[in-house]
Amino acid sequence: MVTKTKKPLVPRLGSERVKPAPFRYFRANSLAEAFAAYAEAEGDCTYMAGGQSLLPVLSLRLQTPSLVIDISRLEELRGISLANGVLRIGALTRHNEMLHSPEIARYAPLLSKAAPYVAHPAIRNKGTIGGTIAHADPAAEFPGMTLALNAEFEIANSEGRRREPANGFFRGLYETGIAPGEILVAIHVPVFGEHDRCAYHELARRRGDYPLVGCGVRATIRDGVATNGRFAFIAVGAVPQRAFAAEAAIEGQRLDETAIAAAQTALEQDLQPDDDSETTGAMRLHLAKVLLGRLLREIALSPSKAVEAAA
Amino acid sequence: MTERVPVSMTVNGEDVQRFVEPRTTLGDFLRVEMELTGTHLGCEMGVCGACLVLLNGKPIHSCLMLAVAAEGETIETVEGLAESKAIADIQQAFHNRNALQCGFCTPGMLVTAHEILKSEHPLTREEIRDELSGNYCRCTGYEAIVDAIEQVFVARAAGREVEASGQFAETAA
Amino acid sequence: MNMALNNTDRPNSYIGRSVTRPNALRLLAGKGRYVTDIKLPRMLHAAFLRSPYAHAEIKSIDTTEAAALKGVHLVATGEDLAKLCKPWVGTLDHFRGMKSAPQLPLAVGKVVWAGQAMVAVVAETRAIAEDALGLIQVEMSELPPVVDIDQAREPDSTRIYPELGDNVAFKLTVESGDVKAAFAKADGELEETFFTGRHTAVTMEPRAIIADYNASEEALTVYHATQTPYQFQDLFSRLYGIRESRVRVIAPDIGGSFGMKLHVYNEDMSVVGLSMLCGRPVKYVADRLESFVSDIHARDHRIKTQVAYDASGAILGVKVDDVTAIGAFSTAPRTSVVEGNQVVRLIGAPYRFRDYRADLSVVFQNKVQTSQYRAVGHPIACLVTESLIDRVGQKLGIDPFEMRRRNIVTSDMYPYTSPAGYKFERLSHEACLDGLYKLMDYPRLREEQKALREKGIHRGIGIAMFVEITNPSPAFYGVGGARISSQDGAIVKITPAGEVQCLISVGEHGQGTETIIGQIVAEHLGVDRELVRVITGDTDVTPQGGANWACRGAGIGGETALQAAKKLKQNVLSVAAAILQSAPGELDLINGQIVNRSDRVERIPLSEVARISYYRSDTLPPGTNPQLTAAHHYSPQGYPFAFTNGVQACHVEVDAETGFTKILDLWVVEDCGRIINPMLVEEQIRGGVVQGLGAAFFEECRYNESGQLENGSLADYLVPMACEMPDIKIAHVETPTQDTELGAKGCGEAGTAASSAAAMNAVNDALAPLGASVSQIPMTPQRLLKALGRG
Repeated sequence: MVTKTKKPLVPRLGSERVKPAPFRYFRANSLAEAFAAYAEAEGDCTYMAGGQSLLPVLSLRLQTPSLVIDISRLEELRGISLANGVLRIGALTRHNEMLHSPEIARYAPLLSKAAPYVAHPAIRNKGTIGGTIAHADPAAEFPGMTLALNAEFEIANSEGRRREPANGFFRGLYETGIAPGEILVAIHVPVFGEHDRCAYHELARRRGDYPLVGCGVRATIRDGVATNGRFAFIAVGAVPQRAFAAEAAIEGQRLDETAIAAAQTALEQDLQPDDDSETTGAMRLHLAKVLLGRLLREIALSPSKAVEAAA
Repeated sequence: MTERVPVSMTVNGEDVQRFVEPRTTLGDFLRVEMELTGTHLGCEMGVCGACLVLLNGKPIHSCLMLAVAAEGETIETVEGLAESKAIADIQQAFHNRNALQCGFCTPGMLVTAHEILKSEHPLTREEIRDELSGNYCRCTGYEAIVDAIEQVFVARAAGREVEASGQFAETAA
Repeated sequence: MNMALNNTDRPNSYIGRSVTRPNALRLLAGKGRYVTDIKLPRMLHAAFLRSPYAHAEIKSIDTTEAAALKGVHLVATGEDLAKLCKPWVGTLDHFRGMKSAPQLPLAVGKVVWAGQAMVAVVAETRAIAEDALGLIQVEMSELPPVVDIDQAREPDSTRIYPELGDNVAFKLTVESGDVKAAFAKADGELEETFFTGRHTAVTMEPRAIIADYNASEEALTVYHATQTPYQFQDLFSRLYGIRESRVRVIAPDIGGSFGMKLHVYNEDMSVVGLSMLCGRPVKYVADRLESFVSDIHARDHRIKTQVAYDASGAILGVKVDDVTAIGAFSTAPRTSVVEGNQVVRLIGAPYRFRDYRADLSVVFQNKVQTSQYRAVGHPIACLVTESLIDRVGQKLGIDPFEMRRRNIVTSDMYPYTSPAGYKFERLSHEACLDGLYKLMDYPRLREEQKALREKGIHRGIGIAMFVEITNPSPAFYGVGGARISSQDGAIVKITPAGEVQCLISVGEHGQGTETIIGQIVAEHLGVDRELVRVITGDTDVTPQGGANWACRGAGIGGETALQAAKKLKQNVLSVAAAILQSAPGELDLINGQIVNRSDRVERIPLSEVARISYYRSDTLPPGTNPQLTAAHHYSPQGYPFAFTNGVQACHVEVDAETGFTKILDLWVVEDCGRIINPMLVEEQIRGGVVQGLGAAFFEECRYNESGQLENGSLADYLVPMACEMPDIKIAHVETPTQDTELGAKGCGEAGTAASSAAAMNAVNDALAPLGASVSQIPMTPQRLLKALGRG
């Protein structure tokens, strides 16, 4: 610990250390065990699923919990199932399963389209959708896309289970609607309809990097007219964001260049990215507009699932 | 320091039991406890890919997993893959094509190459590069690695071994 | 392959062949032995507490709690190690007037960059050592950081070292001809300011060292991931007062070096002292975060330029003002001013203009020190020169190839001395340009570019010529008083079984040194390559030499091995002649057999000569004293450097809406003299090109105004990865140097020298119709968008 004569030191990232501080480890065999362990540690602990976001945090000593509770073997958090027009994706579903699952491709194709952009192959073999959503990196793909999908999160605590919509779930940088001690169990996604279309793209410096901007769009397009447009942006602020004004600009419109330009202009109301040392907010907004335009053109031109099925 | 806890797993076909500190990553466990130093640590934050090993047959970063969390799992390292001859043709192709220089990234590259080559259809160069996107190499510029993997695809499709190019390797250029 | 191979039908003809690397097999089996992997009995582990501030006073350090932690063996401060280790200073005499403050293993009294090591902890494990770091209390008082190159030179600027007077480490003016007159008679002139980003090597294996001091023998053994074991033998000996003969430095497998692993680092020097204090082996491996704040950086330059030209496109004169910031110290033992020196001396090197003036200012700042990294200065000089050539060409409507043809030093002009004083024996600019034109099918690319522009697709083509410094003589460092050797040594011996071992001072870091040395020895001795074992990197075993830097392994190491092999062959033939009652001149050694020189009839196997020599010398004629070991040392004696040359081209597509660039193709035509192993030359070129493309598009150490590195992790400092890099097509021209029998020059830096420049010219070619241009690398999407007026 370094202290300074005048003002307190802001700890530098990791202080150039990469071995985790000591902690105890507990492997939970049930949610009940996990909650009990959490209670016993009085919150001085962390849950670990795939560990792909957590391990660097521990290694850099950005967090130094006294206990790590391994929830990666909880069967209750596994599996992908369909019921009543809703796809339930277990929180321990790995990114690689998201990429290759036929159910995801059929019922939540926006997630399939975003999946190849999630980190790198080896990370995708271990990282889980629940883990990335709970970690809530504003530049991560899956958390952002739950906004465009109107997903709901199934969250468990020692009292029972509750649901929380994606919209409003991301509260601040790495902050979510999951209360201390709670565990994200599953993601519920309304299934992709016959006339729905979606597209995802991001602008990353290198393949697999966190993007400068990423965007997923979905809309229902019937007879060329778009409704229920939902656009989700990542890496544009402290949390992933919906673009309500831009969505409104295409509601009931044909997706022609006029409508697309209107959506791009409206995006200025939705996104106000900050400047950082490399990228100005204005530049990020510009890139977001370019991306939105490209994606809307893509869904305007792409065949709907109905057409695909017929072909 | 915290109390060491028992962990057992299968490493390169061998059942091993050890006591480890919970904070020990699988990468440090393999290198220090098991003395399997073929697995390299290049960043210890899941970026460089030098530490890749197989967890139940799939490549993962050994720096992004706790050794205790590998309880009951099956781990294979580059040493195991080499000794079982599972990657013999890949090693040969890398050697022929000089798809390594300093060799520090090579264990991770071989693990990724092994996974890539499980594909039922040969991947294009672009697809191979995509699959290699998480493996950092400072020496080669990647082209020789892509060439070597392509060479194995071709050989496997033809049902033959990759032969040693002996003293006179063909250059790709 | 368009190179001419000679003698390839002879047995044991290996020079010019693409043979594989014998030592790569163990690396492919996971059986490399890097310093990182080595474990010695009773070995302890070191970790360092580093300064969070760029510039601060250390008021007090309390290590009580850390020292009491279970598993901790030693906590040492700067004062503790200063009692054992003498200070070192990174200056050399031939850079007249240069200055730098003395350095010690750990900071004493104040810190001068964020990341500087202040306290060392030695513990049972690295993790425990890191735990202890958190228990050390340091009271610090911040001082104003010196960060900006202009601010550093203001008269009222904070002095990093008040005793040095100001923050200027070195100033140099290079002047040739009459640059004023050149500008006066010019038809046109233009000016441009270039910026090159601070860059670092990012070797896959971080720096690693194990020091094992044995007090009973007053002997030190160091396992060191270094390019230059002999240099460190000298440094450890002198700075710690240990007899040179008792300092052994072993460089085993090295996980990448690129010039970064031959400098004096505080941690490496500390570990020696820590081992002395603990009486046990101490290991230190920099973790990746530490690497970013303690490995040398490079390439932080602002270069203001003016160029004068006539209507025909002839460059008449160039004026340069290069300001470079090097951190808080000049790095020992090579200094941190060589890069700037090479920038101002290499600008314009391929071209014939004579009127030149360059001013160089080398400035201290509160950042980690810079020094030599692959292609020292070349990429910067090349970027400036080649961009100016294109800019003049664009003004005048002259094609880039034509601009170069009109300005290059042509084959009738050699030997040629450049305005900055470099002497070129013979370069092959015309042949390389012609080769490139064909290799890339230039006219077709231009047609395609035109057609695509009509569809709104912006592709660009850029070319860049380069001249590379290789095979340095003592003129490089020795004359400045540096204890850096320009010679190399080889010992070649025949084993009793008739096999061969070659112990040589040049080392192996993946570039293939051992392979090419084996090729040379096998060919010149006359044995199968399989029988030759090459041994490198151990000061107790291998002969004294300069080892690996400035592309000298093939040219100097190779010639050393060649001459040693020839000497040994003569010895073998002498013994064989005694056995056979013949004369050495009538015999030859081919494929391990002593044969008649005249009819090549086999007389006796080499193994038999060896057996008799070692075990039955009683059967030899009286007075025969077999010398089946030969040693040879060689240092360049002709030209001070063997310059190489070549040309690269880059083809890119710029997305004008996003500023993102895709690299489509890259071509290289290079001339490194005699090629020993084409495959290894090409792989050196490819790897080098990609490091240059990293600089062009991705890599930059970004500091904020308080001197903090903002992207010091592998997630944030962007190195080139597989998806973004192109396949690279390579062709060769061979102009062997006449200074050596081998004729080889270096090739390890040629790729890096020109790829950033080719890339910038390509991007600017793509941007030209949009009225935009860039003059700063890396060419990030943000910078391109700004240039396009969209940022």
